[in-house]
Amino acid sequence: MEHIDFSLVDWSRAQFALTAMYHWLFVPLTLGLSFIIAFMETLYFRTGNPEWKRMTKFWMSLFGVNFAIGVATGIILEFEFGTNWSNYSWFVGDIFGAPLAIEGIMAFFLESTFIAVMFFGWNKVSKKFHLVSTWLVAIGSNLSALWILVANAWMQYPTGMRFNPDTARNEMVNFWDVLFSPVAINKFLHTVLSAYILAAVFVVGVSAWFLLKNREHLFARKSIKVAAIFGLAASFLTIVTGDGSARNMAKYQPMKFAAMENLYVGQESAPLVAIGLLKEDQKEVNHKKQDFRFEIEIPSMLSYMAFLDLKAYVPGIKDLVHGNPERNILSFKEKSEKGKIAIQSLADFRNAKKAKNDSLAKNSLTKFEVNYPYFGYGYYAGRDEHELIPNIPLTFYSFRIMVGLGFHFIALFLVVLILTLKDKIEKKRFILYTALWTIPLAYIASELGWIVAEAGRQPWVIQDILPTIAAVSQIKPASVQITFWLFFILFTGLLIAEIKILTSQIKKGPAPESSEN
Amino acid sequence: MFETFSHILLQQYWWIIVSLLGAILVFLMFVQGGQTLIYTIGKTEDERTVLVNLLGRKWEFTFTTLVTFGGAFFASFPLFYSTSFGGAYWVWMLILIAFVVQAVSYEYRQKPNNFLGQRTYETLLFINGLLGTILIGTAVATFFTGSEFSVDKMNLTRITGSQMPVISEWKGLANGLEAAFNLQNLSLGLAVFFLARVLGLLYFMNRLRNAPMMERVRKQLLYNAIPFVVFFLTFVIWLMLSSGFAVDPATGIVSMETFKYFHNLIAMPVVAILLLLGVAMVLVGIIRPLTCFVKCGTKGIWLSGTGTILTVFSLFLLAGFNNTAYYPSTFDLQSSLTIQNSSSSHYTLTAMSYVSLMVPFVIAYIWYAWRSIDIKKIDIEEIKTESHVY
Ligand code: HEM
Repeated sequence: MEHIDFSLVDWSRAQFALTAMYHWLFVPLTLGLSFIIAFMETLYFRTGNPEWKRMTKFWMSLFGVNFAIGVATGIILEFEFGTNWSNYSWFVGDIFGAPLAIEGIMAFFLESTFIAVMFFGWNKVSKKFHLVSTWLVAIGSNLSALWILVANAWMQYPTGMRFNPDTARNEMVNFWDVLFSPVAINKFLHTVLSAYILAAVFVVGVSAWFLLKNREHLFARKSIKVAAIFGLAASFLTIVTGDGSARNMAKYQPMKFAAMENLYVGQESAPLVAIGLLKEDQKEVNHKKQDFRFEIEIPSMLSYMAFLDLKAYVPGIKDLVHGNPERNILSFKEKSEKGKIAIQSLADFRNAKKAKNDSLAKNSLTKFEVNYPYFGYGYYAGRDEHELIPNIPLTFYSFRIMVGLGFHFIALFLVVLILTLKDKIEKKRFILYTALWTIPLAYIASELGWIVAEAGRQPWVIQDILPTIAAVSQIKPASVQITFWLFFILFTGLLIAEIKILTSQIKKGPAPESSEN
Repeated sequence: MFETFSHILLQQYWWIIVSLLGAILVFLMFVQGGQTLIYTIGKTEDERTVLVNLLGRKWEFTFTTLVTFGGAFFASFPLFYSTSFGGAYWVWMLILIAFVVQAVSYEYRQKPNNFLGQRTYETLLFINGLLGTILIGTAVATFFTGSEFSVDKMNLTRITGSQMPVISEWKGLANGLEAAFNLQNLSLGLAVFFLARVLGLLYFMNRLRNAPMMERVRKQLLYNAIPFVVFFLTFVIWLMLSSGFAVDPATGIVSMETFKYFHNLIAMPVVAILLLLGVAMVLVGIIRPLTCFVKCGTKGIWLSGTGTILTVFSLFLLAGFNNTAYYPSTFDLQSSLTIQNSSSSHYTLTAMSYVSLMVPFVIAYIWYAWRSIDIKKIDIEEIKTESHVY
């Protein structure tokens, strides 16, 4: 079938991935640092100790530099749904648009108004009003994360909606189902908590640099204490919610789960590969099969992780592609047949309605409704079934590195916290260097998380209902190619500027205590 | 409460909200207008810094309003989002890029080691002011002049054949840029550009405390008010004389009607009054400071600003109400978007309407927060004592 312009689809995906990953370089620091600043200012408010104010102001200045670029990269994403995924915007706009609008009304204004008070209000409003403003900035930015993550979660696990054949789109029937879907809640928590880790690593790392340079001892130790405690708490909760993510994935996106675990053939009491190296199976290249070059397994752990049951059956990639009647798993071919019927009956229904043929319309509608859960597979009718398998090495390694780094962060927070409390941190230069070099690792972990979530759900934009090939806007691939490179150059330039500015601000250090502003 | 509203009532309610947001956005584009005047008004480094800081404290409102406008349009009229954004790709992309570069320019302009240099960031602010206003004005003008596209929901069922299963297809040659070569569109684009500059100047008047700069502001006010009036009148007169896209309420069929927008004005006297009142307020807001500068020069922004909101608001209502297609297709009349055929479902509009009840509350806290930090007029001395400077 040659009706799909793959270069258009691929460039559109590349552009979305590029802009989303750039945006995500800045968002987690905003989400987490806003709380760290609020804690510090609260301590200032409580104790009146000007050192806390100095700290608040220093971290706030870094926050400002990072916030600006987060805003700049964010606006693109909102509008890209329309510009590059126009079919998507109609097909699910009735559901997906609402969280975006609510985000604007509820969160963005809160954030931008009180950021102004936070930056410009120091000598103009009361201490209390200022503190409240700082907290509102933190709450506002985290609220905006809530709404966009609800929207994302809905794409992974569509719920609370019904397809309306008259308008040819999905329509919301239950707002609360969308907002409180288990995937949405879990995703929100995992994402913001991981952002708190990143911000905590950032503060610990920068403070470690001051200690390495033998500067700002009091300031750095206090910052480390606040950040490490915050980071530790967030880390434990991140593991809990990460575990929840995996369970949701096993339930609602089994193919993503199987790919992430490189489980080719499903089994009971499936082991978890804690560490493994993959190699492409030469005999089954078109099956995208990956073998293990070497692996360390934890017996039955995968079954437990997925279903809280050591004996549970976990379906593998092969079962999901070729079907497994014993386990009641339909093959790709069966699903795409049903999907094709759904799409065809939608066409019949609309034609019959136009021709005022009520009985045909009714029949087609029934047929459509039965097959609708497989609607998206219809676009793959007649195609190679292995197109439905996401990139296995990418998700497999990304997941393991994210989790591994998660444990590294916990160890780091624990060590620096204990050393700081014991007043020994200045002497442990190795630990200080490790803390400094962990900053980029936090960014890596965070981006890898999104790679697992998004690369892992390919080819779906909306799980089982709309694949990327049917979601794009019809524009010339060359146009998308040009905007891709424009964004690439623009964002890279801005990123360089941001890093240069941040490092000079850090080198300059916090303002001297005497300055009352 | 909203559950009991009919679908059409909710659609109208949301068209009003979107229109209001659009109108407020145009008012707030005084930031963009001001950005194009930094070098005209500020002759020394210090003066320019004052101006940038004056604007810098407001840019986020404009930006946030733009984002919310987009989100609200998406949520309430998703077919517009999908058709216009996915079709007039280049216009929207250029607008977006113009706003991307704005967001960092304030914060990074004066920071040490900022990679691109202060002049570059100031140039980016200028580009944002120029492109942002003209292109948004041009894009809004196509609400009246139309674009070339087709919408067919049956396309979703194309799983064989040689065409993509995409609902909306753009037929214009340059993915939206063709709109900028239409003189009527361009006259609105330029009217918005000069209006934004006028509003920017009025804002400077309101917040500045510096005599030599004020003198320049006043001169520029005249220089920019004249082209604004010329371009705006060109657009409005043209609009009143041109045919428009009428919708038959019973069948939904779209057809051309001569003097459609003039008829809309007659049919909706409230809108006519709002429009006239708005234009009058804009003009009085400009003229008063020109005539009695020292005594009454500082309140013009409020008068002209409110006037702008009323004017733009009534233009949006002219485009969408009284059985008019607000996003017409000249390629295929029946593909034109109306507030009925492009809106979200009854359920979604109801849910969103509850959210909209928060808006007055949002406006109230913005007002309160700003009043508490904007007490003094600004000069370089004040800026030098601030801890956060752009
Ligand atoms: C330590 C144990 C962790 C586990 C078990 C875990 C598990 C997961 C899983 C299963 C997903 C995919 C969710 C989906 O596809 O819907 C995910 C996503 C993600 N993870 Fe982790 N993760 C862990 C640690 C971390 C750390 C340390 C970070 C970053 C600092 C992080 C950041 C993210 C992000 C940003 C996402 C994408 C958003 C989302 O889907 O929730 N994770 N994680």
